[in-house]
Amino acid sequence: MSMTETNPASGFGGVQARSEAAVSQQARVSVRNLDFYYAAGLPKALKGINFDLPERQVTGMIGPSGCGKSTLLRVLNRMFSLYPGQRAEGEVLMDGHNILDPKLDVNELRSRIGMVFQKPTPFPMTIWENIAFGIRLHEKLNKADMAARIEWALTRAAIWGEVKDRLHTSAMGLSGGQQQRLCIARTIAVRPEVILLDEPTSALDPISTLKIEELIDELKRDFTIAIVTHNMQQAARCADQVAFFYLGELIEVAPAAQLFTAPKHPRTQDYITGRFG
Amino acid sequence: MSTTTIAFTRTAAEHATARAMSRRRRLIDHTVRLFCIGATLVGLFFLASILFTLLVKGLPRLDLLTFTREFQPTTYGDPDAPAGGLLHAILGTLVQSGMGILIGTPIGILVGTYLSEYARGSALGNAVRFVSDVLLSAPSVLVGLFVYQLLVLPAGGFSAIAGSVALAILVIPVVVRTTEDMLQLLPNTLREAVIGLGAPKWKMITLIAYRAALSGIVTGVLLAFARIAGETAPLLLTSFGNNIVSWNLGNAMGSLPIAIYQQANSGFPDLIALAWTGALIVTLGVLAINISARLFLARRK
Amino acid sequence: MPTNESSQHIVTSYDQELKRLRAMIARMGGLAEQQVDDSTRALVRRDTELAAQVVTRDAEIDALEREIEQFSVRLLALRQPMAADLRLIIACMKVSQDLERIGDYARNAAKRSIVIANQPAFSSMNGFSRLAHLVQENLKGAIDALVNDDVARADEVWASDEQVDDIYNGIFRELLTFMMEDPRNITAATHLLFVAKNLERIGDHATNIAERVHFAVVGENLPDERPKADSSAYAVVRAPD
Repeated sequence: MSMTETNPASGFGGVQARSEAAVSQQARVSVRNLDFYYAAGLPKALKGINFDLPERQVTGMIGPSGCGKSTLLRVLNRMFSLYPGQRAEGEVLMDGHNILDPKLDVNELRSRIGMVFQKPTPFPMTIWENIAFGIRLHEKLNKADMAARIEWALTRAAIWGEVKDRLHTSAMGLSGGQQQRLCIARTIAVRPEVILLDEPTSALDPISTLKIEELIDELKRDFTIAIVTHNMQQAARCADQVAFFYLGELIEVAPAAQLFTAPKHPRTQDYITGRFG
Repeated sequence: MSTTTIAFTRTAAEHATARAMSRRRRLIDHTVRLFCIGATLVGLFFLASILFTLLVKGLPRLDLLTFTREFQPTTYGDPDAPAGGLLHAILGTLVQSGMGILIGTPIGILVGTYLSEYARGSALGNAVRFVSDVLLSAPSVLVGLFVYQLLVLPAGGFSAIAGSVALAILVIPVVVRTTEDMLQLLPNTLREAVIGLGAPKWKMITLIAYRAALSGIVTGVLLAFARIAGETAPLLLTSFGNNIVSWNLGNAMGSLPIAIYQQANSGFPDLIALAWTGALIVTLGVLAINISARLFLARRK
Repeated sequence: MPTNESSQHIVTSYDQELKRLRAMIARMGGLAEQQVDDSTRALVRRDTELAAQVVTRDAEIDALEREIEQFSVRLLALRQPMAADLRLIIACMKVSQDLERIGDYARNAAKRSIVIANQPAFSSMNGFSRLAHLVQENLKGAIDALVNDDVARADEVWASDEQVDDIYNGIFRELLTFMMEDPRNITAATHLLFVAKNLERIGDHATNIAERVHFAVVGENLPDERPKADSSAYAVVRAPD
């Protein structure tokens, strides 16, 4: 099994090269002066956030619990609209349109900005049906096209080999790591432009975690990715750009190699070196 | 900081105290366990005695005639007269309970869905939930009276429809509660995962949430069926009872609980024996439904 | 600046390990300083016994270098250090290499001073004392800067290497002159040239250390171009007329 291609000689240099590419990319999603309230009367959960998700790059979001990183993710695909009382102010621009616009078709938006959650959430149906479900929401495919799309999605999510002989068995029978990759496949199958990952490996064992990280690295060739993680090493391993949040504020955003070797802000420094408090 | 210093090891005296406390806890544990086993035994005793009595008194007439014949007058003093059966009552119970389930389940599921998916924390939702819970524990004779006022009086007579409606009213709160509880058990991330794919809310509920909660909801419906199959009071005031097999939903219709009630009161030994058999059939039927509900649930898991 | 001495890691043992790393580097730095000092003293006083001591003591520095490297690797593997901590540990690893090279130069100078002691004396050695003093000051400054996260001190060391180069150039010319005056001086003078070069290299390593300290503390590199005045590479001396 070749999970990790450890090449100690290229370690630091590789990271450096990756981060330099990050700077030159154009923004896929731009967040401008974003404020967020969980309910009227409560203090802001996000305060004046400004930052970009660069196209076909992985943006890692780190910070202590309750710092607003997951909240921001839930703003990006309007998940918060499910809950009355939650309110976002400011702008989140994608292709020049503000996705916070109340007139926007949120279902279409969510097909363009997919999300994968902390705990694997397979639907109670077969593996095939799990993938087909999302596709059917937005497209009418004939049987052959559907089969091709499902194979494509499962292959891109690096799980095709493990499930190709059991596509018509229940998805609940898969292991945790496989379920999570199935969920990623389900998201990819809709062919979104942006994928949001909310702590996708926090419920998985280390090997499954590495597989997901490898997958993220693979997926960024085609998708713009944002990943919220509590694991700083994970952010260091798979993100090109890392944003550090604290108490609802974006403290610092920088290329991963820079943020983890020479952060500009003392708060970032204290957090990533384990000196908080 | 506290000023007392705490030793890291226990002294011999402290060990003795710990042992004494442990002894006391064991004693309490044993006592409580004894009471629990005793209470269980008492309950089981009554259950067994009911089943035993039912079997002893009901088995003699559990024959083919019971399932194939309608009511006949007593054979008391006239051994050659044809013996009666319970066909009219069995069919009546199946028809009315079935219709009660058919009417009550959709309403119950819709209300349960509303409570779980749309009305979380809203005042109306809380009110509906409260009313449903009250209905769940309301005396069934009140439901009968209500339907009597609502359907029987205006229509000018008892009918199977009125009976079915009364039973449906009993089904609704059971299904509401199980549907809401089962939907509530689903993790919120499952809902968000469906929504996150770009599905509208109604598709999320009908295509995923119901499927995930299916076994629980079916169990609830089966239990509701078991409950209404044994109801007497509401039927007495709505479908009244009938001694012949009737398929006319606009007329009075027989049912097992009412047949038991009427024949047990008749005073003739052969009719009383048939009433015992009816009681045995109801009990076995309800037992069968309960067991199948459990099996269904276990298989789904 | 980023590193705040008063703020502690949440994991106390990590703090203690980083402290221990700094202490090891401080000890190694002190040892290297002493080697430089002793080797120069042995040279100037023609003290072969002290020179021999310097040669044997070098093994201690080598052992310390291995120890620091192992400890740093252990920290990297077990603590996954980030930011300032990461930079500090990397700096310590590299500084220990610089110090090890400094130790080698000092040992080499000591060896040569034994040969020189057996040759007739012709130079005042004033330049050497001065050169050694400056180099030692810089070395001490660099190590202090590392141990105390003192970036100002590091920058000072980095900038003051120019003086070392000036003196080295002077010695270079002086020795060439001695050799031309009397060929019998050539053996000693050649060895002395190497000793001077060793001292000059030690100065360069001290500057390297200062650069690493600057990066470790601030997180940014010093500019590539350092003030340099070593012109001996182009020096030509004509025969006396």
